[in-house]
This record gives sequence, structure tokens and C-alpha cells, in this order.
Amino acid sequence: MNLESLLLMRSEIGLIIIILLLIIFEIFSNKKQKAAIIPFALILLAINTIIGFFPLQTGEIFGGMFRTNTLLHFFKTTLSLGVLILLLQSADWLKEKVVAENKATEFIILILSSLLGANFMISSGDFLMFYIGLELTTLPVAALVAYEASKRKSAEGAVKYILSSALASGTALFGISLLYATTGTLYFDTMATVLTSSHLAILGFIFFFSGLAFKISLVPFHFWTADVYEGAPINVASYLSVISKGAAVVILMILLFTVFKPLMPAWTKVIYIVTIATMFTGNLFALRQQNMKRFLAYSSIAQAGFILLGLLSVDQLGTATVIYFVAIYIFSNLGAFGVVQAISSATNKENMDDYEGLYRTNPKLSLVMMLALFSLAGIPPLAGFFGKFFLYAAAASKGYWVMVFIAVVNATISLYYYLLVIRAMFLRKGENPIPYFKSGNYMRLGLLIAVIGILVIGLYSPIYEYIYSFSNVFFN
Amino acid sequence: MDILSLFVVVPVLTVLVLVFAKNLKQARVISLIGMTIQFAMSINLIFAYIKERTVNTDIMVFTKDALWFENFNIHYSIGVDAISVLMIALTSTVILAGIFISWKVDDLAKEFFVSLIILASGVFGFFISIDLFTLFVFYEIAVIPMYLLIGIWGSGPKENSAMKLTLMLMGASAVLSVGILGIYFNSNADGGALTFNILEIAKVHIPVAAQNLFFPFVFIGFAVIGALFPFHTWSPSGHASAPTAVSMLHAGVLMKLGGYGIFRIAMYLLPLGAINWTDFFLVLAGFGVIYGAFGAVMQKDLKYVNAYASVSHLSLVLFALLMLNKTAWTGAIIQSLSHGLLTALFFALIGMVYGRTHTREIEKLGGLMKILPFIGAIYVITGLAYLGLPGFSGFVAEMNIFVGAFQHPDMFHRIITIVVISSIVVTAVYILRMVGKIMMGPLSNTEYAKLPKATWYEKAGLILLMIPVIIIGVMPFGLSEMIKASIQPFLERLL
Repeated sequence: MNLESLLLMRSEIGLIIIILLLIIFEIFSNKKQKAAIIPFALILLAINTIIGFFPLQTGEIFGGMFRTNTLLHFFKTTLSLGVLILLLQSADWLKEKVVAENKATEFIILILSSLLGANFMISSGDFLMFYIGLELTTLPVAALVAYEASKRKSAEGAVKYILSSALASGTALFGISLLYATTGTLYFDTMATVLTSSHLAILGFIFFFSGLAFKISLVPFHFWTADVYEGAPINVASYLSVISKGAAVVILMILLFTVFKPLMPAWTKVIYIVTIATMFTGNLFALRQQNMKRFLAYSSIAQAGFILLGLLSVDQLGTATVIYFVAIYIFSNLGAFGVVQAISSATNKENMDDYEGLYRTNPKLSLVMMLALFSLAGIPPLAGFFGKFFLYAAAASKGYWVMVFIAVVNATISLYYYLLVIRAMFLRKGENPIPYFKSGNYMRLGLLIAVIGILVIGLYSPIYEYIYSFSNVFFN
Repeated sequence: MDILSLFVVVPVLTVLVLVFAKNLKQARVISLIGMTIQFAMSINLIFAYIKERTVNTDIMVFTKDALWFENFNIHYSIGVDAISVLMIALTSTVILAGIFISWKVDDLAKEFFVSLIILASGVFGFFISIDLFTLFVFYEIAVIPMYLLIGIWGSGPKENSAMKLTLMLMGASAVLSVGILGIYFNSNADGGALTFNILEIAKVHIPVAAQNLFFPFVFIGFAVIGALFPFHTWSPSGHASAPTAVSMLHAGVLMKLGGYGIFRIAMYLLPLGAINWTDFFLVLAGFGVIYGAFGAVMQKDLKYVNAYASVSHLSLVLFALLMLNKTAWTGAIIQSLSHGLLTALFFALIGMVYGRTHTREIEKLGGLMKILPFIGAIYVITGLAYLGLPGFSGFVAEMNIFVGAFQHPDMFHRIITIVVISSIVVTAVYILRMVGKIMMGPLSNTEYAKLPKATWYEKAGLILLMIPVIIIGVMPFGLSEMIKASIQPFLERLL
């Protein structure tokens, strides 16, 4: 192994350097300089993201524990961009509330560590690396959920999160050990060749899947989601629903399409049932939520159900569509969470009722929210429409017509609750609407990038074609 | 820029300019300029089309094609035949009239015009598309602004009406998307590549089983917006709550998307499915005609009368389409045009009456002809045209439909046709009763004597809509020749 091959880990090494620099900064800065941490971190992460857009060759290091290819690299860069938007949206909150408590650096470092974990998880070439990545993704977030420690709900959410994710990790680990027992290997490539659909292997798969399903909050492993989102600071809820979920979905897809391909008859049934349950549960529970965080929590459960549609077609089309949809979902959800964050940090209001009459006082924020929600609902010409339509197409291409029909019914149900927010903001005048406020420049930039993503990713077809062009890496 | 894409580009540019408008005055002037250009273009398009037809015998003319999503084979593909040209002309007439009628929007004027024109751009895009995906995109763009238009500027139980309308129409479009995917994944039945292009798919022999399976998805997907019984329930409440211009545009144009879509996609691409399913849907459509007519008789609110009348008349369009022959189809298309103009006129007139008297209840109105001679005269003419008096567009349409329907010699078609024809009588009842009560007789309220006369912009809107009604009525032959030539390829698919 020569040193050059370490470049395959470019984005991970970049993140590690950023984290180290931030720690050094934290140690050597005095109290007045603390606030400078925010632009410093943002610039570093932006540089790392931009570098990420340059192509990287395919390869593996550490004896196959770590691998990378165009698809993985593209997705890691997308996640990095998502975290950048997220940090932009959190910057004003950090500056006003957290820097004073001297905890801003920790917040950023924890988020970046979790992102690093997500990167390792996606790039893993065997189950050990995968597990380490998974834990590294999860543990910092547990600390982040409890970030507003003085709030009771925050602490409650953190306990729920740490307990359920510990259980989930344990379950996944148990599944991995069963798989190891049947195949005698932990490497993805080797396991794919020797795995047969024995009962033990299927049992192992089910345990493993359950563990991962916790992270994606698929039904019936979703119970923690709404409470944790409600307790956590909004940007952490946003991180959970966007970055951590997106990463988990993609690694699930990769494993299903490669390692578990011999078990396909078994896992398609599992996915089929879980998809239907997830879509209906997420949608029906979202109908009656008043708190915007809980609302977005259930909405994101339902969205995860839609993503699973793409997994049913085990081919290039399915891979491309899932990656494409997750990218769109990142931008749309960040748009929605960003607006909730902006309003919450200006007024401490998080209920749907409080949004009544918002358009008349804060038209721009309302428009961003409308675009984000319409994108989530799948209304053209916004990106979400293309993502959803292609997911239907991916499922239909393999003849899952009943599934497609159930999905479109669910899309209609979801439109109802997204319209409820639109109704509050646009249709109602409200007795005392939130007065006009100016959000900070970081927040504006964060929302602007999200809106550009929502508008461009769908209409500008080369993005989809680019994703499609490298989506065959797992089907040689 | 080609002649058709401009129909989407001009509204989009209008919207972009509108964003910078500072007040109501600027907003309406910008909208008026944009939509006048649109109207002029559509008149130009009719003549350009007639000229092009003399040298070009393709099914679609002015075609343009640009690749969009390569691996799904999605194209931005456009072209028109006589039917779409006429629908475009109808749309631009109604939208321009709608701008005139909304001259005095006071609340969030800029947003009103923006939503209205976004809706219009969706409709124009829908009529020029010959790629199923692009068409579907435009269709949804046309539907979703209705939520804001009714919800913000409507009246009465507007929030519920808007929600019901949006959910039913978007639910239908979700069903439609299954149908479109069904057609797409069967478009390689003869061994070619998968395609969304309507003209390409028309050459393919889609297996009968697939046609039978997906025909109802496409049909119902479009029929909900075409007010097919029992999916019409969004229509009365939606129209009653909507502001005047939105009711005009919605009943006048948007509901026509249903009939057009059924004709262009369900009938043209799935002809065997159509043949197998007609009897079932004929019963629904026939029932809708009668149900709508009796529903209109029972109403006390002017807008509800017109909304139920629209259900009745649009079910007649579906009824005619399901007859699957040339005469009935010609009638269906003329009926779409005629109803679009007449119902827009009605809603405009109702809006004017309501704006002055602040009531829409038939019982409280009376003798308005003496006070508002212009509005009254147009009201009477519209009513007569609506019930099918010769010399106006309604007569030409219904004549064609019923003659076409009678060409089926079997008992089932005969009976259903006779039942449906009886709706003409019921139509006469509610129209004459309504017009007689509110326009003729003694003045119901002495305060009405001081009502202001029609303003210039109201007159402009009404005259704009009235002219084509009379043109279609007095010289229907040129029109039906134009339509018949374009129907030919559809007929060939049925053989």
C-alpha cells in the first residue's frame, strides 16, 4: 500500500483535518474570538465539499475494508453539501445562543464527526467497518439531541435516542454475527459469493435489517422518531431526518443489491411489507400533528417509505433513482427544516397554528416553505415530482403495479397534510401572526442553496443522467 | 423560438415581470399585456395552422422535439392538431376575459395574477405537449394553483372547498400517473424502445390485456376533472367558493383538460380498452348528464346552478367521446369549446350581479334587466345559447352529439341516448327559470335601482367571450371540417 492510495479517502481525511483544526482553534482562541469558529468551520467544510466535486478514481484500501467509487463519492459529496447547508442554517442559532455557553465548537465537531461516520459507513467494504461507521454516525448525534440540556424534552429525547439506537446497533450486530456464522466471512464481496438462502442466513438478514431500519425509522421501528425530533434542537432533528437517514438508506440499498442478492426472494417480501406499512403509518400519523417538528418527523417517515420503492427494482434504474431521490429529499427537507429553524429561533414558535398569516408578514420564508413542502409532496416542476415519478417508474419496471398504486394513494394523502401548512401560511390571516423579522445572512444563504437545489435538480436533466451513468457499479 | 413554445414562454415571462409589480395597477396592466399577446398569438396560430394544413398532412404540425431525460426517453415534444389549436384559442380567450373581470382584485393582487397565469401556462403547455410525461407535468402545474386561488380569494367555505377540489384532482392525477406508466412500460410491445411520445405509441400494438387494465386508470384520472359522476363532488363547492375569474377559467378551460386528455390519451393510445370499457362508463356519463341537470334545477344559488349545469354539460362531452364515432366526437369537441365560452360568460355575469347586489340567491333577485341592460341582454343571450338555441354554439354541439349517438343501432345505445336527450328539456327548465326570475319581472328590491352600469372592462370581457359563441353558431361548417380532418387518425385506431 503506498501513500497515494490514501487519497481514495480524500473526503474523510479532509473531515478529520477540519475536526483537528477546529479542536486546535478551540484550544488557542480566547473568549472574544470564539464566535469566529462559525465562519472558520463553514469555510473549511465548503472547501472540502468543493474538492469533493472533483472526480475520484475507484479503488479499495486496507485490504478491502474501505472502498470507494464514483457513486459512493458522489453521494458522500451530496451529504457534505447537505451538512454545509445545515450548518449555514444553524449558524445564527449557534452565534446567538450557543457561543455564549461556549459550546459552539463542540456542536460543529459533533456534527462533522457524525458525518465522518456516515462517510465511513457508506464506503465500508466489510461488516466491521460498517459497524464502526454506524456507531460513529449515531453516538455524536445522541450528544447533540441532548444539546439543550436545560430543556426537559431534550434530555428525554436523548435518552430515548441512545437507548433505541443502542438496541438497534445490538440487533444489527447480532444479525451480522449470524451471517458470519453461516458464511465465515465479514467481507461484502466474499459474502455475496458464498451466501445461500438458508434459514440461518435469512434470520441473520432479518436481525441486521431491523437494526438498520431503526436508523431509517422504518415502520415498525419508528417509535423513537417523533419524540426525539421534538426534543432535539431543530437542526439536530434536521440532521437526523436528512443526513443520517439518507446515509443509512443508501448503505441499505448497496447491501441489498450486492451482499444480500442471493436472498432476494426473501428480502423483496420484507421490503414490500415494510414499504406499505411505512408509507401508511407515516402519512396517517402526520395528518394530525400540530408541532412542526413532529409533523416533519412523520413526513420523513413517509418519505422513507417512498425511497424503499426504488429498492424493489434491483438494477441500475433503481440505484440511480434512489440516489437521485435521496439527494432531492435532502434539499427539500433542509428547506422545510430551515424555515422552521428560522421561525423558531426568532420567535420560539413551533406550532402550525403559529404559522397562520405568515405569508402576509414574512412572504419570502413562506415561499421557501411552500416550495420545500410542494417538493416533498411531489408537485411539478419542483424536484420532488421527478424523484417520485422515477421511483414509481422503477417499481413499475419490475411489475409492482399494486405497489405503485398504493404509493400514489399515499402521495395524495401526504398532499393533504402538506397543504395544511400551506393553508396556515397563505389562506389564513391569523389573529396575531408572527411579526416580520429579518433572518441572518447565513440562514438566507442556507435557504437559498436549498431552494436552488429544489428548483434545479428536477428540471435540469443532466444531473439525473450523471447519476444514472455511474449507477451500474454494483451490477457488473 | 418556435410558434408553440411561445405559448408557455409568454406566461412564464409575464409571471417573472409580475413579481416586480408594485401595486394593483401595475399588476393588472402587466397581466393584461401578457395575455393580450397570448390572445393575439392564438388567433395567429389558427390562421397559421390552416395555412400549414394545406401543405402538411402530418397528424401533428409545428412539431418540435428536444431530448430531456435520456434514459427514460422523455422528450420535450410539442405539436398541434386542429383540436389543440382550438383549445388553445379557447384558453387564451377565457384567460384574457378573466383578467378583465378581475380588474378590481383588492387583496394580494399581484399574487392573484401570478397564480392565475401560472395556471394558464400549465394549461397551454398541456395542450401543446405530445409527450406523455411533459403533458403530465403541465397538467399538475395547471391544477395546483387552484388551491391558492380558491383558498385565498374565494368566498364562503373556501378552505374546505379548496382542499376538497385539490385533493380530488391531485388524487385523480396520481391515478393517472399509474395509467401513464402503464402505457409507457407497454410501449415496447412491438419490440421498439420504451417511449412517452404519443405519436410513437399510437403505432404500437399494446396487448389487449394491458389496454383493459390501464384504460380505466387513464380514463378516471382525466374524468375526475371532467366531472364524471360520482367524482364530480368537488365541482359545485369548488366553483361556488372560487372568485369569478377562477370559476371562469376552471369551468371554462381546466375542466376541458379532462375531455381532451381522455380523447388524446385514453382513446387514442388504448383504443381496444376503450371499446371494452365504453358501456360501463357510458352509464356513468349518461347518469351524470341527467343528474347534473336535475341538480341544477334544485339549486337556489346562481353559482351552484351553473356548477351543476357544468357537470351536466361536461358529462355530455364524456358521453359523446364514449360513442366512438366521428360525428359524436366532433360534437364533443365543439361542445367543449362552446361550454367553455358559455360557462365562462355565465360565471362572469354571476360575478357582476353578485358584485353589485351582494347576493347570489335567485329568490332575492329580480327585474335586473331594467337597471343593467347590457349585463341583462348578455345574460339572456348566454342562457339561450346554453340551452341549445340554433344560431349559437350550443346547438351545433348538441346536434352533432345526438346525431352521432343515434348512429349506434343497438338497444343499449338507443335507450341511453334517448334518456340523455331528455336532459335538454330539463336544461331549458333551469335556464329559463333562472334568467326569467332574475332579469325579468318587477324589481325585487328598490335599492337595486341605483346599481352601477357595466364598466368598460366588464363589457370588454363579455364581448370577448360572446363573439366566438356567435361565430361558432352561425358558421359551424368550417369549424367541423377542421375538426373532422384531425379526428381521422383517432378513428383509424378503432378499426
